[in-house]
Amino acid sequence: MEPLDEILETTNDLLELPAEPMRLVMGPSHPAMHGTIRMVLDLKGEEILDVDVQPGYLHRGFEKSCERGTWQQVFPYTDRLNYVSPILNNIGYALAVEKLCEIEVPIRGQYYRVVLGELARIADHLVSNGAASMEVGAFTPLLWLLKAREWVFDVLEAETGARVTHSFGRIGGMAMPPTPNFKENVRAILPKVLETVQEVEDLLVPNRIFMDRTQGVGGISKERALQYGLTGPCLRAAGVPYDVRKDNPYLVYDRFEFEVPIGEDGDAWDRFSVRLEEIRQSARIIEQALEQMPDSGPVSVDDPRVMLPEKNEVYTTIEATIAHFKLVMEGFKPPPGEVYSFTEAGNGELGFYIISDGSGTPYRVRVRPPCFYNLHACREMLIGGNIADIIPTFGTINMIGGECDR
Amino acid sequence: MGEMTLSQGGEGFFTTRFDELLRWARRYSLFQYPFSTACCAMEFFGTASPKYDIARFGAEAPRFSPRQSDVLWVVGTISQRQGPVLKRIYEQMADPKWVIAFGTCASCGGFYDNYATIPGIDKVIPTDVYIPGCPPRPEAVLDGLMLLMKKIETGDREPRVVPPREIPQLAQLRYGRDADKPEGAK
Amino acid sequence: MSEAVVQRLREHFGEKILESSSFRGDEEVTVDKASYAEVIRFLRDDPETAMDLFGDLTAVDWPEREGPRFDVVVFLRSIEKRHRIRVRVRVADGESVPTLTDIYAGANWAERECFDMFGIRFDGHPDLRRILLYDEFEGHPLRKDYPIDRAQPLVEYREVSDIEKLPPFGIEQGQPFARVDWEARLAGRNKQVSPSLGVHQGQRRMLSDSEIARAERERLKRETPAADAEGSSDGAK
Repeated sequence: MEPLDEILETTNDLLELPAEPMRLVMGPSHPAMHGTIRMVLDLKGEEILDVDVQPGYLHRGFEKSCERGTWQQVFPYTDRLNYVSPILNNIGYALAVEKLCEIEVPIRGQYYRVVLGELARIADHLVSNGAASMEVGAFTPLLWLLKAREWVFDVLEAETGARVTHSFGRIGGMAMPPTPNFKENVRAILPKVLETVQEVEDLLVPNRIFMDRTQGVGGISKERALQYGLTGPCLRAAGVPYDVRKDNPYLVYDRFEFEVPIGEDGDAWDRFSVRLEEIRQSARIIEQALEQMPDSGPVSVDDPRVMLPEKNEVYTTIEATIAHFKLVMEGFKPPPGEVYSFTEAGNGELGFYIISDGSGTPYRVRVRPPCFYNLHACREMLIGGNIADIIPTFGTINMIGGECDR
Repeated sequence: MGEMTLSQGGEGFFTTRFDELLRWARRYSLFQYPFSTACCAMEFFGTASPKYDIARFGAEAPRFSPRQSDVLWVVGTISQRQGPVLKRIYEQMADPKWVIAFGTCASCGGFYDNYATIPGIDKVIPTDVYIPGCPPRPEAVLDGLMLLMKKIETGDREPRVVPPREIPQLAQLRYGRDADKPEGAK
Repeated sequence: MSEAVVQRLREHFGEKILESSSFRGDEEVTVDKASYAEVIRFLRDDPETAMDLFGDLTAVDWPEREGPRFDVVVFLRSIEKRHRIRVRVRVADGESVPTLTDIYAGANWAERECFDMFGIRFDGHPDLRRILLYDEFEGHPLRKDYPIDRAQPLVEYREVSDIEKLPPFGIEQGQPFARVDWEARLAGRNKQVSPSLGVHQGQRRMLSDSEIARAERERLKRETPAADAEGSSDGAK
């Protein structure tokens, strides 16, 4: 215990000043809140008595928009759900429709999805940890982690053609096969990224200020976390080793060896550390996936019901032209029915509950937004804390507006 | 700027008008208020990151109070619920002030063509520069910033759109032989 | 994998489980509205089901169905047993459902969202108000009869005169076969709308200062005066 703490402990009663409860409104545009959100706080001095968290400032009508186009046209909207890791959303939606149509993607495509998805997860955790540390005053880690993110983006851009919103998933595969030097590119950046992560850890983990601001702040118990429907790093930080990649392996995740890091108290520090460790585990998965991934073969199914025909055939044969026209204009028609498919996205269990009435347009696309439930528990994490605890708590929950408000 | 005259001893002096001097000074010290809402914030991060480094243009310091800033970056979709907030922030800024619409959603609503979003921030506040892209690349963002700086220097308040950038090497790849080039392509 | 859960529910509740189905490995039960909260509580507390993780709660609108209009769907998962179940309850328009907030804390916001998007009320909910939309909003957007482009702005739109407006993409443009005009379908006019009718949304515009765009706009205004007026009044509201 530091000397100052001892003084504070003994003279706590003397330092307490009488204060009237005060209402303070934070947001919807607040510098320390990435994303727009409004918090109405009831304060007694520094202590938070109650808080009303109000999301919804980025409600863009995702679910209604999906009911307008074809099944394929949902992909660009899914990109903008969790815009820090768009490929994971693409894959989540593609897997849901593939489950409905009973399509199995070729093995090379599955590995390709795993590698791109894990790269996106790395980018996601880099940004969320960087932003969380910036908000408590550590600006350097943000710049370092953004530098590492640029390397990841370089690879993703070479593969997909876009830096952020890729729209690269397709029902039944991916839009393109991997580029010829895909494996070398990924192998080249991984050590650099891990080194940067290590540097950031060396900078923050022994840092007294950072530890004091995050340890024991915004904690939640295991039982309450499950009650609130927390998933992903927030749930694992509370000590529940629930990871969809382990518990319900999809794609080829059952072929890899990786650990699921868990915390103890579910506080801001645990969430931060779990994310840092997950970056390393993702790198491990990528290394194994690159090792096992076949160098040739299709990445998409050969199924004329869902895949567009080859471009040169479209230009030369009438059958391919008509197939192309029908797929683009009418969309493909999955069988009627409803399925729920769930994957592990950057923030937790990303579920797609899709209903088809047999037409070319989705009847309903419901996304289970992990952040929405993570943010819901924010109220319980904050009550009883100090006003300064809002920033690390909210920062490590990693609320992403596009996903939370849809 | 005005002309510069050098006397024999190497001591120089400027002749300029006061408003031009003021514009020149404003151009290189833009204090920005990033109103980040959505996906475009990722590329705003990217523009501020070491690789693209917006600090080269004297516009790196964000002021998180609208009262202290000159440039309002509207980064991302503005929903109907956020309209009053955006308007209020704009009204709090002191003159002279400029507005950049960052990305397609802020420019015209993009593909969120539905009940929830405002089709372009110019429905709510006047806008100076539109940067198209979903999200725009950091290069386009820097183009937009330079366009705004040029506008500030010339005192031009007409709304402008960042033009697409034509890279000569790419154009050559795309158009092949010289004879196939469309007019205007270099 | 989750058939055991359905089996267990059938044993315990018997007739109260109206239907059960399994499609692509997803198990689902439809329950009576009266015993809905009881079933959920049983699923959480029974050691054989042990549904400790609150998955999701949402609703689906079926305006053309005989009987109750809405389905409220609850997703639950057991971390330990690794199984999940989907519980469905049917609700008519205007009816309310018992709340789950005293069983799962996470149901609070999910039910608020359901109320916001579909207008389904939850009995006993401590704080039932809009969550994603604003209080001034009228109607519930995820109902099939709410037109997607009916915006309800909170601020008055400025008149944008210095930039040309192009005719927007309408419902029927670009995707003539795939898109469903729910308004027309529910009104019994289930037929293709002619492309020019899609123009009146009056909200989108693209940036262009070309003469062609202006001429096109004039022409469309001449051709569909009624539709255009309707669109602009929508936008200004």
